[in-house]
Amino acid sequence: MSDTANPPKAAFPFIKIDAGGRASLTAVRCKACGSWYAETHRLACARCGKREFETAEPTLTGKLHAASIVERGFPGTPTPFISAVVDLDDGPVLKGMLRGVACKPGEIPHGRRVKVVFDDALGRKDAEGNSYVSHFFEPA
Amino acid sequence: MSQDVYITGIEMLKFGRYPDRGPPQLGAEAALGALDEAGIAIADIQAMYAGSVFQSMIGQRILQQIGQTGIQVVNITNACATGAACVREGWIAIRSGEYDTVLCVGVEQTTGMGLLGGAKTGPIPTDGLLGSATMPSVFGEAGIEYAAKTGATIEDFAQVAVKNHHHSTMNPKAYLQKETPLDVVLNAEVIAWPVTKLMCSVNVDGAAACVLMSERKVKELGLMGQAIRIRGTALASDPWQERDPTMPDVNTVTRLAADKAYAMSGVEPGDIDLCELHDCFAPIELPHYENLRLCEDGAGVELLRSGATELGGRIPVNVSGGLLSKGHPIAATGIANLYELSLHLRGKAGDRQVAGAKIGMAHVVGLGTCSAVHILEKA
Repeated sequence: MSDTANPPKAAFPFIKIDAGGRASLTAVRCKACGSWYAETHRLACARCGKREFETAEPTLTGKLHAASIVERGFPGTPTPFISAVVDLDDGPVLKGMLRGVACKPGEIPHGRRVKVVFDDALGRKDAEGNSYVSHFFEPA
Repeated sequence: MSQDVYITGIEMLKFGRYPDRGPPQLGAEAALGALDEAGIAIADIQAMYAGSVFQSMIGQRILQQIGQTGIQVVNITNACATGAACVREGWIAIRSGEYDTVLCVGVEQTTGMGLLGGAKTGPIPTDGLLGSATMPSVFGEAGIEYAAKTGATIEDFAQVAVKNHHHSTMNPKAYLQKETPLDVVLNAEVIAWPVTKLMCSVNVDGAAACVLMSERKVKELGLMGQAIRIRGTALASDPWQERDPTMPDVNTVTRLAADKAYAMSGVEPGDIDLCELHDCFAPIELPHYENLRLCEDGAGVELLRSGATELGGRIPVNVSGGLLSKGHPIAATGIANLYELSLHLRGKAGDRQVAGAKIGMAHVVGLGTCSAVHILEKA
């Protein structure tokens, strides 16, 4: 790594990286009905239609709702991997890659406790050579 | 004064590979077949609703093949519900009183397209980082969600494929016409567990078309003997649900469309003699039994295991072979489902005829998400 390399960027709008390089989740919540959105800006709430939101930091823990073991993905994506839908304990529903467990059906029961971690986005870089930080799920 | 709307001509090309022909030619052939069955010419058509997910201006390009009459053409894309949406719009156009005779066409060429459903674009590829956006994975996850709720097993999912592949052996217009025993389905290549290759619908080329007419026109032309009455038609978009669209919810939207179609038709679930539902991936057929009210909530697995959804059972489902085996040329599928129902309602379905079929239900889901449900009856 060269000294002139730019600091890694967030791969998605719901990931925030502070000046010290620490990553966290960020989301918005409808002030009227409390619905979460893994976004930074919204015009209106898809559930109730109200237009006021607050920014909030979701928890980094949750449980696995559903998953699949992807053996054949789009070109360029290494397989196998576990595609996971996770209900955060207090936050929006997030989809991502579950790692740290074997790619076996017995490892992905509904309700399994997981945590959100942040790491380099599988070595993927943009056209300018910037690195990215993505979220991953691991067993809690 | 409202009038019923009828299908008086309907055609579906054999689903398969047509490397030497383009979507306009395929759509044109289906359209001509529908016109011929209705005994009318393109000059009699007052408006056209055409759909193709991967083509633009497909309606005009079809008319350039069969007759540029200057009529209103509306091109529709609604993912896998495109063809059904064309019929729905045609129905609305006739019910509005504006038209008496409308042509609906759905056509797609998907041969060689591989995994459908692109990952979101951004500065870097997001597939994997956001889980998988491939359709086998999305529907595998929907199956796992259902399994967690009901105890469905991977063998149940595979059995859906066994059933629908078996049905297609009796459908000369199906792409695949081959038995797939349970162990063959289970041992096929895993695409995205729990989905094996034989639990995935097939990318094929295909087209389907139908002529819709007002009651007045059907009577004027003396076509009531072959007419199929549209008793219910509904199209819904995904209502807010906690996980949707991160995890697309195809259940709530199906229930919404089904309940609207039932209410419009006055038909009860017990009146349905056969159902063509959106088995794009085998696991999802089971929750759709419940979503379409073919059984009580939670009883989908039991319905499958009882054999009720096989040909000869209480409520045969996907006797055409379904998307799994007949094939799934995206925009053609919705009208092809109506073609299948029409065959049965007219008693012309050959070896796979559902005996005494009077009322049929057709269902599609367009991921993103929408659902269309039609209820048809022999006039």
